[in-house]
Formats: sequence, structure tokens, C-alpha cells
Amino acid sequence: MDKPSPYFSNLKCRECGKLYPKEAIHVCDFDFGPLEAAYDYDAIGEVLTRQAIESRPQSMWRYRELLPIDGEPTVGMQVGFTPLVKADRLARELGVREVYVKNDTVNYPTLSFKDRVVSVALSRARELGFKVVACASTGNLANSVAANAASAGLKSYVLIPADLEQGKVLGSLVYGTNVVAIHGPYDQVNRLCSEIAGKYGWGFVNVNLRPYYAEGSKSMGFEICEQLGWRIPRHTVIPMASGSLLTKIHKAYSEFTKLGLVDAAPFSVHGAQATGCGPISQAMKRGTDIVKPVPKPETIVKSLAIGTPADGYYAIHAMRDTGGFAEDVTDDEVVEGIRLLAECEGIFAETAGGVTTACARKLIETGKIPRDEAVVLCITGHGLKTQEAVMGKCGEPRVIKPSLREFEEQIYAPDNTTAGT
Amino acid sequence: MPSVLIPTPLRKLTGDLESVSAAGGTIGEVIEHLDKAHPGLKERLCDDAGNVRRFVNIYVNGEDIRFLEDKATAVKENDEISIVPAIAGG
Repeated sequence: MDKPSPYFSNLKCRECGKLYPKEAIHVCDFDFGPLEAAYDYDAIGEVLTRQAIESRPQSMWRYRELLPIDGEPTVGMQVGFTPLVKADRLARELGVREVYVKNDTVNYPTLSFKDRVVSVALSRARELGFKVVACASTGNLANSVAANAASAGLKSYVLIPADLEQGKVLGSLVYGTNVVAIHGPYDQVNRLCSEIAGKYGWGFVNVNLRPYYAEGSKSMGFEICEQLGWRIPRHTVIPMASGSLLTKIHKAYSEFTKLGLVDAAPFSVHGAQATGCGPISQAMKRGTDIVKPVPKPETIVKSLAIGTPADGYYAIHAMRDTGGFAEDVTDDEVVEGIRLLAECEGIFAETAGGVTTACARKLIETGKIPRDEAVVLCITGHGLKTQEAVMGKCGEPRVIKPSLREFEEQIYAPDNTTAGT
Repeated sequence: MPSVLIPTPLRKLTGDLESVSAAGGTIGEVIEHLDKAHPGLKERLCDDAGNVRRFVNIYVNGEDIRFLEDKATAVKENDEISIVPAIAGG
């Protein structure tokens, strides 16, 4: 057992504040509120300076004092520090002053932001002595648990809805994990996982290890600040499934401010969902913080199709407290969003990235994000994983014989006015 | 009387009973009666202001009372009331 971290002190109920030891527990036994990692910020402030961070390897672990493990990380040492791309062509297209894309489509090793949460969850799972790890997933998390468990030598089970995209299913199977496909939507997969976790004591990254897992998402917010030159962006648009990523980016900005790593400045976090499963967005638009479950999500955006979002309430309050808004978009708008990002910036995002881009467009067009301000888009997963969504919607290749004459007749010739240049 | 399904974490208060019956014409009254029969139950279900806690779900015949009339939701003789802690995850 590692010596306890001097920085990560306890788990704490988000509702009543009751403190708990740093074990594999996730719910307050008094009021059922979620447990969250708590830190000693005074101790962290003494060691975590910009200079200290900049001297460390370029991975999410450069912020390790703010991540909830005791010893050295042992899983996912190379995860994170993905590019923050200044997206000028996209900014022109969206009609806003500045756009940056936080590009987690190239996160290591499984091309989604989930590698961030899994590296924390599995590093902690090892500290707590788990031999079997598992998850409920809409796809990306399953891929990441499978890959990172394989490289760490842990046995793994991933439970997914049976109707996921082929790329996401294969992207788990290849690592030799146990893929269990459940007839039913994600929320039922999740309920089954809670029952299995209770009975068999496995380390479910997003159930009994959730307080550790969820904190990994903060690293996306830390990196955005550092890569912008140690400042918080005025606007951040974040896709929402459970709503956890949004609350953790909000926490990351707040922690950096508290530690003096960035100057205090106004910022807004905005949430993006698909209209076919937009319980958080719809509650926000109704002006309530009571999230009405969506029993049967109907959208091509399977990675965001969580009908009962665990952090919906907190996500709504993070948006409200920062003057942010929620938006949702149709499947057609999602495909347009994917193509827009690809054609402007050369970044092929999965459906959730289409949601984020299309919602940003709506927020700008409706004046919720002013045109003279700067926006960061959190693009969380790679498009090769959800090819079904855009198959047949980006044109077809033009087929010719290997003949220069055909090429000039059909594809390109200087005097052919229909050809591109 | 309507029956109330008790979740595992609260069964210490009901003498390990999975299901108990409770009088009352509304959910609010049922909670008061439950607390008399099983002292301590109300504070686990409701906050200091008396509102049902955020991560406690109460269903009447499968319908979440938040989308009915909350604690004023009427209950009848053969209704099934279930208390289910929210499932974190995702």
C-alpha cells in the first residue's frame, strides 16, 4: 500500500459534506449523495506552481497533485496533453472571433477523453488491490478500460448496450476483454453494473470507483488553461452524457483559480446534447434543475445517450452559476457539425464532436456566445469509431480507369470548368 | 394500505423488511407514518426543509413523484410505492 497522498485527503459527500475514507465507495450512506475527492489546497499550493508543471512530462499527470491517487500513477502514463488547435477557419465559418479545439480525438491510447478518467481509475484500482476491473459504457469508456486494463495486466469486463457502433464493439474486443452486450439502453446497463459491483466487489470504474474516475476529466480543463497561456477561456462548449465532464471542467477552472495558477476571470461553461436524448438541456431550457429521464433515447449520438444523467443536477448549476447555456441538436445537425469540423480544421470527430460543434454554432447564432469573444470546443472522441453516422453522407469516390485521358475527361483538366483546382 | 418497497441501505431501520405497509392518503403522510413505525426513516428520505432528498427517488406504481405532485401525490389502497436511491454512473 502506498503512503497516503499529502494532497488528496478524503472522499466527501457533495450533498451533506460528510467525510469518508479513500475506499471503493461512491455514495453517501446517509443521504445517497455522490462522493467526490477532496484535497488539501494549502498543501498543493506550496508545491504546484506553473514552473513545476511546465518542467514535467507532457501528459495529464503533470497535474498529479490534483488527481486522486496516493502513489505514483501506474496506468496511462502517456495519456493527455492533446493539442489545443487554434481553429481560425472554423471561427470564420461560425462567425465568432476566436475558436480553439481541444482535440481529444487523438488522446492516447484509445482516441477519446475517456483515457483520462480510466488512467486515474485504474491507477487507483491497483492501489486498492483490485484484480478485476469493469465498466458500464456507451463505447468509448469500454474501449479505454479494455486497452488500459490489458496493458496493466488486469482482467476486465465491459458492459455495453447491444446496439453500439461496430467500431466501438471491435475497439473493445481486440484487447481481449470480456465484452457483454445488454439488450436495453445504457441506463439499464448501468443498473446491472451497480448490482454486479455490489455482489462481486469488482472495481467498476464508473460505479464504485467513480469518485476517482470522474476527477480524471479535470485534466482536460487544466490543459486548456495551460495551453492558452495560463488563462481560463471565456466560453467552453462541452458535450454532456452524464454531465460529469462539464462539472469537472468547471472544477478544474475553479481549482486553478483558487491556486493562483490563473487569474480570476469570468468564464461560462455551456453544455451540448443531442435532441433525441437531451434531458439536461431540456431541463435547463425549462428553467428547472429537475432532470426528467429519457426512457428511450433516439439519436445517432450513442456516446451521449444516457437517459438518466447522474450529474445532471450539478451540470445545470455549473452552467447557471457561470452564465452558461445548454443547447441540443438534431441528428442532421450532428452530421453537419462533424463535416464542418472536418472540412475547416482537418479533425474527424465522432458524433459527440458533431454535437459540440453544432451546438456551438447555435449558441453563437442566438447570441448566447457573443461574436466578439473566444470559445473552446471540447472534442472528445475520434470519428473512425462512429463511421455509421456519416457513411454515405460525405459523397462517394469517383471511380475511373488508370488512364490519364479518363482523369482529364472526368476529374481534372485546366480547361474543364467543372473540375476543382 | 399501500405497500412501500424499502431499498437495502434502509432496511436496518425496518428490521430487515423489504416491504412494509404504511397508512396515508399522500406520499407526505406515508412518510410521516413510516417514520413513526420506523424512527429515523424520514431524515434519510427528506432534508431539513422536509423535501425529498435529491438522490432519493420515490415512485408510485413506477411513476417518479417529481413528475406527479411530489409529496402531495395521492396514494390509494393497492398502490405500490418504491423508494430507490439514485444510481450514479455513466
